[in-house]
Amino acid sequence: MSISLEQMKWMYATMVKIRYYEETMVTAYAEGKSPVFNIGAGPVPGEMHLAAGQEPAAVGICAHLRKEDTVTAPHRPHHHAIAKGVDLKRMTAEIFGKQSGLGKGKGGHMHLFDPEVKFSCGGIVAAGIPHAVGAALAAKMKKKDWVAVAFVGEGAANSGAFHESLNLAAVWKLPLIVVIEDNAYGISVPKKVSTAVASNVERAKGYGIPGFSVRDNDPREMYQISEQAVRHARNGEGPVLIEIETYRYLGHFQGDPELYREKNELNKLHEKDPVIRLKSLLESEGVVASDIAQLEAQVRKEVDEAYDFARKSEYPTIEEALLDVFE
Amino acid sequence: MSTSIGKRLLTGNKALAEAIALEMERDDHVFVMGEDVGVYGGIFGATEGLFAKFGAERVRDTPISETGFIGAAIGAAAEGMRPIVELMFVDFFGVCMDQIYNHMAKIHYMSGGHVKLPMVLMTAVGGGYSDAAQHSQTLYATFAHMPGLKVVAPATPYDLKGMMIAAIRDDNPVIFMFHKTLQGLGWMDQLDYSIGVVPEGSYTVPLGQAKVVREGTDVTIVGIQMMMHRAVEAAKQLEAEGIQAEVIDLRSLVPLDKETILDSVRKTHRLLVVDEDYLSYGMTAEIAAVVAQEALYDLEVPIARLAVPDVPIPYSRPLEQAIIPSVEAIFTAARQLVQM
Repeated sequence: MSISLEQMKWMYATMVKIRYYEETMVTAYAEGKSPVFNIGAGPVPGEMHLAAGQEPAAVGICAHLRKEDTVTAPHRPHHHAIAKGVDLKRMTAEIFGKQSGLGKGKGGHMHLFDPEVKFSCGGIVAAGIPHAVGAALAAKMKKKDWVAVAFVGEGAANSGAFHESLNLAAVWKLPLIVVIEDNAYGISVPKKVSTAVASNVERAKGYGIPGFSVRDNDPREMYQISEQAVRHARNGEGPVLIEIETYRYLGHFQGDPELYREKNELNKLHEKDPVIRLKSLLESEGVVASDIAQLEAQVRKEVDEAYDFARKSEYPTIEEALLDVFE
Repeated sequence: MSTSIGKRLLTGNKALAEAIALEMERDDHVFVMGEDVGVYGGIFGATEGLFAKFGAERVRDTPISETGFIGAAIGAAAEGMRPIVELMFVDFFGVCMDQIYNHMAKIHYMSGGHVKLPMVLMTAVGGGYSDAAQHSQTLYATFAHMPGLKVVAPATPYDLKGMMIAAIRDDNPVIFMFHKTLQGLGWMDQLDYSIGVVPEGSYTVPLGQAKVVREGTDVTIVGIQMMMHRAVEAAKQLEAEGIQAEVIDLRSLVPLDKETILDSVRKTHRLLVVDEDYLSYGMTAEIAAVVAQEALYDLEVPIARLAVPDVPIPYSRPLEQAIIPSVEAIFTAARQLVQM
């Protein structure tokens, strides 16, 4: 279960792409929101939930997925979308509310749908898990070896949708993998205050399915455990639960005063940054600095082009608001 | 139920089950899931015989997890399957309304039309048999209020079959409501109109077309499901008094066939709307508003409305019978309109 150098490079490049995408979004989102912060102002209005720091969860499992495999994601979806291969230009245009966006500007950052790569996300905690159950059911009924992955935060593991979905998928032995990203907080509420078990992996036992923990936001461990999980699901052996201990560098959303953070918490997290760790790993495998720099430049260029495309795209005409309610 | 050749009679539930069976034979993507839809055949018989015919893979009994399995129907529909998912009683909507309101209804729009959800959510509605406040509602308006859902409620075995086939073939999410007492089940009230002529083979009745079920010139009565049948009964009594009532079976709440209603009102100049749902903010209000906006000057008298008077459905028989519009109440209200 070692990672090939090619896979490691893909993971690194994708993590850099995600990080740079989110950092660029921090700046774009802030435009038009000072000196007074108004959530509805600027080129990117509305809530903005960014995933800088949470890259390992997305790349570690998407490295094992195919185009035909389904991914559902929650309200913090950019890292999953990028790792699944969602069209970056149309995704960014959607976040800017433009006609060229994935949803013609009617979804926004929490509601991205790219059926080309079978990706969707939504703004209601845990609600995407049953959709992944349905995708897994469809795969099974069509006799395909496709799998479905539902990403959720650790807060979602206390919701009914999570438990109903795991039970249903286990009863029907569906190719479902639920990935819990434990970023320590449900908005402001720490896991120990909200959750009766120390690790949500324990909950897998309640449904008679395998559960795996990934510690300390480790991209390599996430990759390795995901390989087992995806194989298990693809082989028709039923659902799997993974919980990865991850970090959220930014607030729940942009504008979050983050009063709940402990002092120095972020500095400590940055010291073990997963992007830097994976870069060290690449270096130790003998990848030269110029090759790494080239990978980084390539993905940054892609991100810059996506933002440029979004900014230059037109807003929908107002008639668009009345279209697409029905087929 | 033998009858003359070409006039096969079926109960509502058998008409529904036959529609689903025909579509399952025609299209591998169609399947059914819900609580007790398998061996039991659906608590109100909508899936009778399907399990024996198609097996457990395509007629799936689910755990009591409406969020889980209705959400799964959404996920399967997004993958091109055509699920029919049963919510046993419409009253149970509360445990899964997020999936219905926030996902089933909105995904097509939020995706800019790129994700289709060709699914049918089938559910039992209606009271009148002392099942009290949590098992007797119709909740027509609760579903019709949310953009993105087609909402239909057929009243006859013929329409149940034809509209179910149309609903399964529709690429939009459809809420398909069947009325418990119109299923023709042996353990409920035996009503003549729960049995009707149903042709064999496949046919569709379009979603979104109301039907004039009785022509008249003096007053228009609009109803849906049981209230439509009661309006027809009332119209027969009105005729004895020399009043010709026109009765419209709405059949579909979304899309709403405004034209059939407006055409009728322009002819009769009087409108009574009858609903088994709650009065306020409901179907009666919507239709009254449509007519007030578009045909106000065709009205001779103010619009009248009959509905459940904004109380939960009570258990005790006399109380329940008092709050659901009766044939007598419809008769009286319509006569008043004509005599005004």
